[in-house]
Amino acid sequence: MAEPGTLTGPTRVVPPSGGGPEPAGRTPGVLGAYRALLGAQARSQAAYRASFLVDLFGNVGATVFDVVTVLVLFGVTRELGGFTLHETLVIVGLSSFAFAAADLLVGNIERLPRYVRTGLFDAVLVRPLAALPQLLLMDLPLRKVSRVVFGLGVLVASVGSAGIHWTAGRVALVVVAPLAGLVFFGSVFVTTATVSFYWIDSGELANSVTYGGRDFTSYPVTVYGGWFRALFAYGLGFAFVSYHPALALLGRADPLGLPGWVGWVAPGVALVAAAIAALAWRVGIRHYRSTGS
Amino acid sequence: MSVIEMSGLRKEFTVRVKAGRLRREKRTVTAVDGIDLRVERGEMLGYIGPNGAGKSTTLKMLTGVLMPSPGEARVCGLRPVAERTRLAMRIGVVFGQRSQLWWDLPLRDSFELLRHVYRVPAGEHGARLARCRGLLDLDEFLDTPVRQLSLGQRMRGELTAALLHGPEVLFLDEPTIGLDVVSKQAVRGFLAELGRAGDTTLVLTTHDLADIERLCHRLVVIDHGRVVHDGSIAALHSRYGSRRMVVAELDAALPRPPELPGAPLQRVEADGHRLVFALESATVAEVVAGLAGLATLRDIAIVEPDIEEVVARLYRMTAEAGGATVTGAP
Repeated sequence: MAEPGTLTGPTRVVPPSGGGPEPAGRTPGVLGAYRALLGAQARSQAAYRASFLVDLFGNVGATVFDVVTVLVLFGVTRELGGFTLHETLVIVGLSSFAFAAADLLVGNIERLPRYVRTGLFDAVLVRPLAALPQLLLMDLPLRKVSRVVFGLGVLVASVGSAGIHWTAGRVALVVVAPLAGLVFFGSVFVTTATVSFYWIDSGELANSVTYGGRDFTSYPVTVYGGWFRALFAYGLGFAFVSYHPALALLGRADPLGLPGWVGWVAPGVALVAAAIAALAWRVGIRHYRSTGS
Repeated sequence: MSVIEMSGLRKEFTVRVKAGRLRREKRTVTAVDGIDLRVERGEMLGYIGPNGAGKSTTLKMLTGVLMPSPGEARVCGLRPVAERTRLAMRIGVVFGQRSQLWWDLPLRDSFELLRHVYRVPAGEHGARLARCRGLLDLDEFLDTPVRQLSLGQRMRGELTAALLHGPEVLFLDEPTIGLDVVSKQAVRGFLAELGRAGDTTLVLTTHDLADIERLCHRLVVIDHGRVVHDGSIAALHSRYGSRRMVVAELDAALPRPPELPGAPLQRVEADGHRLVFALESATVAEVVAGLAGLATLRDIAIVEPDIEEVVARLYRMTAEAGGATVTGAP
């Protein structure tokens, strides 16, 4: 029990003990901290290897179903809302990749009420890192990787077989649009999750927006009508995820009459959504701090 | 400068209470009701109070988890919520009921992860870990997944986790809750050792007053969100009239209760064979001498004041004083 003081004191000089994988004295940075959290999550899930593998394959199911639904629909009709099978599959590809990637990276934030209840939220708040990235990385559902791979496959196959007249702009758009869709869906996940800061049982409402939005973006918006289309397509902005970028890629005019450049600026809508999500999170977390748990 | 400063610290929660079939009424509950407190570097402060007194709420406000409403707190000169991440580097937090460890990974991995989270140089981290391993006997379960640890082992892990970045202030919320006697002693011994070094400030909430007696020179008792005592344990005893007792066993019962100056008779037990006197102005010798003149003494015992009893009496007193804190909102 000699010199117990070496336990603490930030200014104290202590001899390196060795044994660590890194050389003594090297200080990890913030990015290293996040990378470590991600690595821990991967190792935690590897602890349940068999169930992880089952989940990995089981998770593709829902995404495959989206594609199968479209194929079945085209078994009885040659056009859907004025779009051919190949054109519709471009929309499906953009939508399923964007949603699957956002669901992988951000989707688990819908478990926010659980984080609050189990105390993980408080534990995260006493650490020197931002709360949202910590929560996302500590509960990253890696088994959902299979959906992203499948979504990407659908996207690549659909744009490859849709007879797109490739220009430099379209090449850029086919890269940017799915990523913008990811950001858009991620923002929807975060924004709807913050509702639970005020109203713990808000899960169903959140689901109707996020999963409703995913279904909405899987078809040309022309198949929907009236106030429903107005609300989801332009009120909530889901038309900018897959429909308008697909029109620009395919070189088609919008049957609903919006100008052609809308498809090219559609990715910008994701930035607006991200800004709204960031604001909602900040306000929500402040509300948590003023109500406690 | 004090390490911790609280001035007029308050916390009000708005809760909705059912008032009729559909109607819900807003009510304001005051959990912390104006606390002014300063804690100096190296102090070991026991922060106690009955359930719902506002202990945990205070700790959450000091660690940046909750925002005061209104009032101000400074820890290490920083505002806890506004400068949360900077403060987090300089404090350690152990919540007895919540974990900072990774459930599915070996304990060792949690420590390595926290090194990255707190950006601690490997050398410093290794030295502190080595110290904790020695003092807390971590070696036998360092490679066990946290979910398989006993509560006592896990708590030793939590303590280590909270100290690996060399915090200036350590906040402990119920660190001994649910632990067996041996684990409690291990935790207390470790904290005492930490306090002896003198450069870590320790704030401890607990329901186990033995923790306080063993560790803390200063005791703050809060009730209904207010400080009702701030001082040493001895000061608490003298203020609330807890006295040492003399228990006398007699060969035969006395015909009538004896009256000894400065030592009022408290209880008569065992058919008058056992008498209990409270020591006020009299000394033990005077009580013994006085009794010896009246009866044959078989045995004498001196009982130290019981902190549990004093604190229980204190809680009852503040409850009778009417600490109503639940007020309906307009």
